[in-house]
Amino acid sequence: MTETSEPLSAPLEVGFDYTRSLGSVLGRFATALRQRRITGVRGSDGRVHVPAVEYDPNTFEPLDELVDVGSEGTVLSWSWAPQPLEGQPLEHAFGWALIRLDGADTPLLHAVDAGTSDGMRTGMRVRARWAAEPTGGIRDIACFDPVDGDAPPQPPAPPDADEQVTTLTTPIHLHYQHSASPEESRYLRGLAEGRLLGQRCPACAKVYIPPRGACPTDGVPTEEEVELPDTGIVTTFCIVNVPFLGQRIKPPYVAAYVLLDGADIAFLHLVLGCAAEDVRMGMRVRAEWKPRAEWDSTLQNIDHFTPTGEPDAPYESYAHHL
Amino acid sequence: MTESDVAVVGFAQAPNVRATHGTTNGVEMLVPVFDELLDGTGLSKKDIGFWCSGSSDYLAGRAFSFIAAIDAIGAFPPINESHVEMDAAWALYEAWVKIRTGEVDTALVYGFGKSSAGELRRTLAMQLDPYFVAPLWPDSIAVAGLQARLGLESGLFGEEQMAQVAARSRADARQNPNAQVSGEERVADLLEQPYVADPLRAHDCAPITDGASAVLLASADRARELRDRPAWITGLEHRIESAQLGGRDLTASPSTSDAAGAAGAAGVEVAELHAPFSHQELLLRAAIGLDDSVRISPSGGALCGNPMFAAGLSRIGEAAGRVWSGEAGKVLAHATSGPALQQNLVCVMEG
Repeated sequence: MTETSEPLSAPLEVGFDYTRSLGSVLGRFATALRQRRITGVRGSDGRVHVPAVEYDPNTFEPLDELVDVGSEGTVLSWSWAPQPLEGQPLEHAFGWALIRLDGADTPLLHAVDAGTSDGMRTGMRVRARWAAEPTGGIRDIACFDPVDGDAPPQPPAPPDADEQVTTLTTPIHLHYQHSASPEESRYLRGLAEGRLLGQRCPACAKVYIPPRGACPTDGVPTEEEVELPDTGIVTTFCIVNVPFLGQRIKPPYVAAYVLLDGADIAFLHLVLGCAAEDVRMGMRVRAEWKPRAEWDSTLQNIDHFTPTGEPDAPYESYAHHL
Repeated sequence: MTESDVAVVGFAQAPNVRATHGTTNGVEMLVPVFDELLDGTGLSKKDIGFWCSGSSDYLAGRAFSFIAAIDAIGAFPPINESHVEMDAAWALYEAWVKIRTGEVDTALVYGFGKSSAGELRRTLAMQLDPYFVAPLWPDSIAVAGLQARLGLESGLFGEEQMAQVAARSRADARQNPNAQVSGEERVADLLEQPYVADPLRAHDCAPITDGASAVLLASADRARELRDRPAWITGLEHRIESAQLGGRDLTASPSTSDAAGAAGAAGVEVAELHAPFSHQELLLRAAIGLDDSVRISPSGGALCGNPMFAAGLSRIGEAAGRVWSGEAGKVLAHATSGPALQQNLVCVMEG
């Protein structure tokens, strides 16, 4: 292999709304938050834990007795966040703090809007600032504010009592820079030129397309480059009859494993150009490329595979690739 | 040694670096690590009885990334394999049990992580309680800072001691060709550095590291064949604390104390501690009861290279190396996983 350029890489965004059932104890804690109240749960030793937990952290006994605690408390420890990260409670510098609320015995982790780190100290008094639109989660507390001397607390009127919160949805978004392996990068760059590049394992001589960072049989990187034709056979297939979100072709259509001539591994693609029920194992197919102007570093440059009309490959010729 | 004993007989690691070009499934890092580990043992990959790995899909940004890593093994014919979504030191625990059952007589344990692919501080928020803590996205350095201040303000240690840990680690790492960070630092100069997250300075925090490591375990008979002076595992224990941060005493590490007591830590000469933050080394030394005569993390430790999901396993390999060389008779390796030392493993080895 004569790899000199760096592997291809691109941003990869991973996002998912984590939806969790809360159960009785956590559900009542979340319901209280939506009503702008903070509750704790009484532990086996009488200590009040905030946030409420379902099981005692020391004895592991199930806990069930929720008790109201104050929305003011004392900072037991803090660290400073000079440049907040995405998703954190405040967009400007703030203090993370372990806050023991009045009436609680264990501290809650949350943010304190203290301006600068000079505004933070252990033992300081803080008060919950409620979010404008409560949803039934810990973010209903927007953050905590330092309690200034004799400034009276100004709790907003709680929303009307309503049904118990039963689920919690947390959007999770993580950002990555995904890198393809050097072998995959050769393959992807080849696709942009309309070439199908596989690589041969130096140990077992199997040809992989896409090539692998290591041959799954021998554990060594594939090395020798092999340019493959855009013709091959269908090894196995299924007829898709079920509509689903994001589907681009009207069912029924065929998703098939296509084994290119000279390759030892098949890849999944579409077989169009004939009735779905006419597709067979061993059927000869060839690539239908998109117009060159639409090409990118992707196998989608091939729109689909279509039957060539040649005689089917005998079963014995591909049986070991199933 | 009895026939049920197990020894550490091999260790290899990838260089600890800030970023690699490799994929997040670790294949490029693991292929040479496996080659180095097996080189000289007379074993091939086909001879390994059991494979066990530690890694994380959250670090990789894709599902089942550990399955893709198996390409580095050459898993044909099919292999006996398992995985833990924790530091690979816990995979070593599983492999140790597997050998002790008599089912296999060798096991290769590996861990890998490409921390540079994502935003490590945010990704690690996924380890926190998913109901009422993780939705705030507290990052790993913020949580460690809360723990450090509790220790500082309760008088357990001072900022100068934290800087001493960093200075000693970097000085030791000059002898470690795989270390990511090393050098000569004056404590006074370190204390002049700005906070990155008050009360933590940059040198108090492990660097972001890509890396992988692997350890070879063997049963008593095989161990004697494979190495003149195997590092016999005489104690291996792990404990976990509550997921509720506020429910724990963050200035102590009772799970480490319990694991160390059960593993028989008394009398060790060298201790490789998995402390990604300087203050955590101080907490761990107190929790295990290590006095000043014990050599701490001569490799430079996690502050000089912290490949996620491999760094704890590396501590076991580094400590075992002190036994193989005859430098020490009894050593200890510690691994941690989770936020603020939530889960801790202690492995005691003797020559």
